[in-house]
Amino acid sequence: MAIQPALRRHRRPRSVSDNLVAYAFLAGGLVCFALFSWYPLVRGVLLSFQQVNFVTDPEWVGLDNFETLFADPLFWTAWRNTLLFTGLALVFGYLLPLLIAVLLNELRHFRGFFRVAVYLPVMLPPIVSVLLWQYFYDPGNGLFNTVLRGLHLPESAWTQSPRTAMISLVLVATWSNMGAATLIYLAALQNVPGELYEAAELEGASLWQRLRHVTLPQLRFVMIVLLLLQIVATMQVFIEPYQLTGTTNPDTITVMVLIYRYAFTVNHDFGLAAAMTVLLFVVLGMFSAAYLWLTRERT
Amino acid sequence: MTVISSPPALPAGPRAPAPGPPRRRRPGIGGPRTLISPERLRSRRGRAVYFAVLAATTVVFLLVFFFPLYWMITGAVKHPTELAQPTPTLYPHTFHPESYVEAWERLSIAHYFVNTVFYAVGGWLFQLVFDVAAAYALSRLRPVLGSLVLGMMLATLMLPASALLVPAYLTVADVPVVHVNLLNTPWALWLPGVANAFNIYLLKRFFDQIPHELIDAASIDGAGRLRVLVSIVLPLSRPVLGVVSIFIIIAGWKDFLWPLLVLPDPEAQTLSVALSRLSMTSQVALNELMAGLVIASVPMVLVFLIFQRSILGGLSAGSLKG
Repeated sequence: MAIQPALRRHRRPRSVSDNLVAYAFLAGGLVCFALFSWYPLVRGVLLSFQQVNFVTDPEWVGLDNFETLFADPLFWTAWRNTLLFTGLALVFGYLLPLLIAVLLNELRHFRGFFRVAVYLPVMLPPIVSVLLWQYFYDPGNGLFNTVLRGLHLPESAWTQSPRTAMISLVLVATWSNMGAATLIYLAALQNVPGELYEAAELEGASLWQRLRHVTLPQLRFVMIVLLLLQIVATMQVFIEPYQLTGTTNPDTITVMVLIYRYAFTVNHDFGLAAAMTVLLFVVLGMFSAAYLWLTRERT
Repeated sequence: MTVISSPPALPAGPRAPAPGPPRRRRPGIGGPRTLISPERLRSRRGRAVYFAVLAATTVVFLLVFFFPLYWMITGAVKHPTELAQPTPTLYPHTFHPESYVEAWERLSIAHYFVNTVFYAVGGWLFQLVFDVAAAYALSRLRPVLGSLVLGMMLATLMLPASALLVPAYLTVADVPVVHVNLLNTPWALWLPGVANAFNIYLLKRFFDQIPHELIDAASIDGAGRLRVLVSIVLPLSRPVLGVVSIFIIIAGWKDFLWPLLVLPDPEAQTLSVALSRLSMTSQVALNELMAGLVIASVPMVLVFLIFQRSILGGLSAGSLKG
C-alpha cells in the first residue's frame, strides 16, 4: 500500500478518470489560452490575407493587404520612426543603466534609497509619467523651458517641433523604464568575484582597464539579454507617441500607432492592421527567438 | 505599450556563480571588493573623492527621480491661477488642496478608481485560481499530452504583446462558439489575463519542488486531488503565490493599451485610460488633472514601499537567475 504510490509517482496516471480529473483542473487555463492566445494567433495570420467587414463572410484577398501597406507612405514613415525611436532609446537608455549600476555598486551609503529612487518611475502607471512629462514639456510655462530661460539658453518646442519631438518621447520612455535594467545590472555586478579585481590590480590594471577587462566581460551575458529585451520593447512603443504627439502626427507615428489607426480610428480595416502586425511580429520574432535561445543555453 | 515595463522575466540564467552567503554591506567605506579597492577608498584623497561622488549622485537622484513627483504633488495643490503663471513657482504659494476633492468628484476619479480596483482584484482572483489549478495539473497530475499543453503555453512567451492585439480584440468582441460581446465588460480584462504563461511557469516550477512524500502521504490518508492542492500545496507555496499576486496587481494597474481598446465606454474605463481621455479634452483644469495623476500613483507607490523586497528581488531573480 505504501509502496504503490511511490512507484507510480513519476509515471503519468493512466486511468481515464485520472486524466479527466487532471483536465478538469486544467480546463480554465486551457479555455483562456485557446480563446485569447492560440486562436487569435492563427486568426491574426489569416486576417492579414483577408478583407473583413463583419457583415458578409471574410473574403480571401491574397497579398492585397500587404500591397496596400507598401503603397501607403505612412507605412514607411512609421517604420522609419520606430527604428529611429529604438535607435535613440538605445543611445540614451542602453548604456545609462549600466553606468549607473557600476556607479551605485561602488557607493557604500544610501543603497536602499538609490534602488528605490531609480525604480520608482517603473512603478508609476505609464500614463502618469507621460502626462507628467507632457506638463514639463509645455513650451509656455513648462518646467523645462523655465529652467532653460533661467539659464539663458535657447528654449525648445519639445514635442511640438518635428526636430525635437522624437527625442522628447525617448527621454520620457528612458526615464520611466531604465530602473529595471539598472537593478538587473546591479544584481549581476554583485556576483562579480572581488578576487578578479584584486588580481587585475596586482597586474597593474588601471581603473579603466579593470572596468573594460573585468567588469564588462562578467556582465556580457546580461548585457546581450537586456539589449534584445530593450529592442523588442521599444519597437512596440505606443503610449508615448499616442499621448504626447497624437496618432495623426507623421513626425512620430510608430508601427504600433499605425496599427491602432488602421484598426480603430481611421481606416477600420482589420485586415490591414493584421498584415502590419504580422510584419512587426516577424521582425520582433527574430529578437525574441534569439533571446529565448540564449537564455535556454544557460539553464 | 511601455518599454520594459514588466520585469523581463523568463527562464533565464547567467552561469550563476555559487550564491554563497548574502553579502551585507556595512556602513562606512569598506565592504566587499568592487571595482575600486578599499585601500584606495580609505586613503585621504579617496575618501574625499568618494564623498563628493556620493553627494553628487544623491543630489542628481533626488532631482531626476523625486523632483518630478514633488512637482506633481505640489502642482495639484497650487491654485489654478498660480499654475497658469508664465513662470512656475518652486513651492506652492497658494494652498488649494480642494483640487484632490474636485478631481475625485468632478472628474469622477472616484468612479475610475473603483473600476480599476475592481478590474485588478478580479483579474488577480481569476489568474490565481485558474493558473494555480493549471500549474498544479501540469506539475502533479500530469495528464496525457500535458507536456504538449505546457509547451504550447510557454511558446506564447515568445509572442510580443502587440502580436495578439487586433485578433484578440476581435475575439473579445465576438467570442467564438458562444458569440457574446465582452467589450466594456470586466471579462474582457479578466479572461485574457488568465492566459499568462509566465504565471503558470513560475507556479509549476515551484510546485515541482514540493517533496513527493508529503503528497503521497496525504493521498494515502485519502485526500483527493483538490484537498491535496488546498491543504498541502498551497500552504507550502505562499512565497510564490505572493510574488505572482504582486506582479498581477501591478500589471493590472499599469496596463494601458488593452483597456484602451476593449473599454471604449467612458463609464467602464480604467483610471489610466480615463486620465488619458480627460487630458485630451480642454475643459479639465490642470490642477485637477495633476491630482488625478497623484491618486493613480498612490496605490502603486504603496505597493512598492510595502513589497519592495519581493518586487526588487523578483526582478533580478526572475529575470536572470532562472
